[in-house]
Amino acid sequence: MSGRRPVVSLRRINAIALNTFTELTRLKVFYFLLLFALLLIGSSALMARITFQQELQVLKDVALGAMSIFASLLAILATARLLPQDVEDRTIYTILAKPVERFEYLAGKLGGVLLLLALSVLLMSVVFFVVLFLRQQTLLAETARQMTGLPSAEAADAQANIRHAGVTTTLVLAIVIIYCKAALLASLTLFISTFATTNIFTIVTTVFVYFIGHLQGTAREYWLQNAGSTVGRRLFLGAIALFFPDLQLFNVVDDVAAGAVVPVTLFAKTAGLGVAYTAIYLLFAWAVFYRKEL
Amino acid sequence: MRLGAVVIAVVLFGATKLPLEHQLDAAHRRLGLRAVEFNLDLREQIGQLGFIAALSGFRAIVADMLFIEAHAAWEQTDWARVLLLFREVTTLQPREVLFWDMAAWHMAWNASTAAVNDRSQPRETLRIKAQREYFALGKDFLERGIRNNPDRPQLYEALARLYRDKYRDHERASEWFAKAAAVPGAMSYDRRFAAYELSYCEGREQQAYERLRALYDEGEKERLPTLLKRLKFLEEQLNIPPDQRIPEVVR
Repeated sequence: MSGRRPVVSLRRINAIALNTFTELTRLKVFYFLLLFALLLIGSSALMARITFQQELQVLKDVALGAMSIFASLLAILATARLLPQDVEDRTIYTILAKPVERFEYLAGKLGGVLLLLALSVLLMSVVFFVVLFLRQQTLLAETARQMTGLPSAEAADAQANIRHAGVTTTLVLAIVIIYCKAALLASLTLFISTFATTNIFTIVTTVFVYFIGHLQGTAREYWLQNAGSTVGRRLFLGAIALFFPDLQLFNVVDDVAAGAVVPVTLFAKTAGLGVAYTAIYLLFAWAVFYRKEL
Repeated sequence: MRLGAVVIAVVLFGATKLPLEHQLDAAHRRLGLRAVEFNLDLREQIGQLGFIAALSGFRAIVADMLFIEAHAAWEQTDWARVLLLFREVTTLQPREVLFWDMAAWHMAWNASTAAVNDRSQPRETLRIKAQREYFALGKDFLERGIRNNPDRPQLYEALARLYRDKYRDHERASEWFAKAAAVPGAMSYDRRFAAYELSYCEGREQQAYERLRALYDEGEKERLPTLLKRLKFLEEQLNIPPDQRIPEVVR
């Protein structure tokens, strides 16, 4: 009955992920960030009220922006501390001394962060949708009162405009994209932390990659169009295009908030790219961590 | 050695993902989702804060902050600052039609009125010149807004109102109301307004009559007071035979 141990066990990954998630939820910084995000999303309604004719727009921009900032921050800060903390606490030796593969350890750690991100994004989304829905209902009632006596078609047009600017299913897809971007950043941070020497180095490097990632699209297009007169410039642009993720693709959220019509297939492709990046960076992290001296 | 292998793997992955990203980017551009390009022109237009915001992917939220700042500048009637801030706001968030609309409204309606009533300028000619410059700024915002959002009817409609109310150019107003009406999601009155404006254009009476009559024949919901009034006016102008005229309006 001595069956071979599976190369990758989902059960072990789940155990590590749940343990990581529990550890992360005990951190004060998590509650501080989450509280700050929830306050910002909640207060977006107040901020929106001072903007004439722009209420729902500003509310969506501020809330989605806050979700994006806090999800990204949380992804980077929570992941950057995982490996150094485990080394410092020496728990990594206890775990890896057991029949746990290094890939399982990394996947579990990332899984824990992804669970934390899912919970945070879910909480922020609930607050956001409640605030947006309440404000939308108030505006609909105000508009109905103001348009009493006008032709019904015009009143219906005005109400339809408010509904279009309010709660829509596209917003849910936009939030999924925010989550995918945060997951990508978490995986990238994990990859960097496998060869980083300190926590600070990981955070700073990931922040740099984050900024470069927003310029990657421009560099890539210049490179693909054979722009750049010198060999050095072409090599530089090529390196940026090949090494870094195009994070601008995930900023489709800004246009969704602005009311642009974005096809579901585009959301699916962007989310797919996010998942692919997350998986690939995890594999890269494993490749570095595989035989690393601890 | 292992790090070298990882670098090679990263490059290989880069080469694989490059066409996918390029395709996705092309799809974004086709939909007008990548209206903000990162270059030195943008840096000069939006300033350091805006540029960093755009770089970090938070351009929408910074655009809102600048919009609120523009609102404060409007309350202080600091028109130069309102213009500057709205240029930054619309550059950062070109897909938001209300930003273009508000920018044009502040320039063509508020700033222009302030300019023509500016008692610190004793020469009326210069006051009128300043007023017209603000009209032109409003028109420019709307035209650029339409180029960035050709699929949204609101800005076509705003440009039509600008031609109607500020330039008193009924022909252009009619043309832009008609363009607004042709865009999916347009307000139901755009088609009517296009016909009303045409009815004020000398030499276009017959065309205006046909359009208004067609609207009238659509039924009760289109038979609004202005439509009946303009139709009656055109019947007189064009000497329409009595049996083809619409019934007298019962008051």
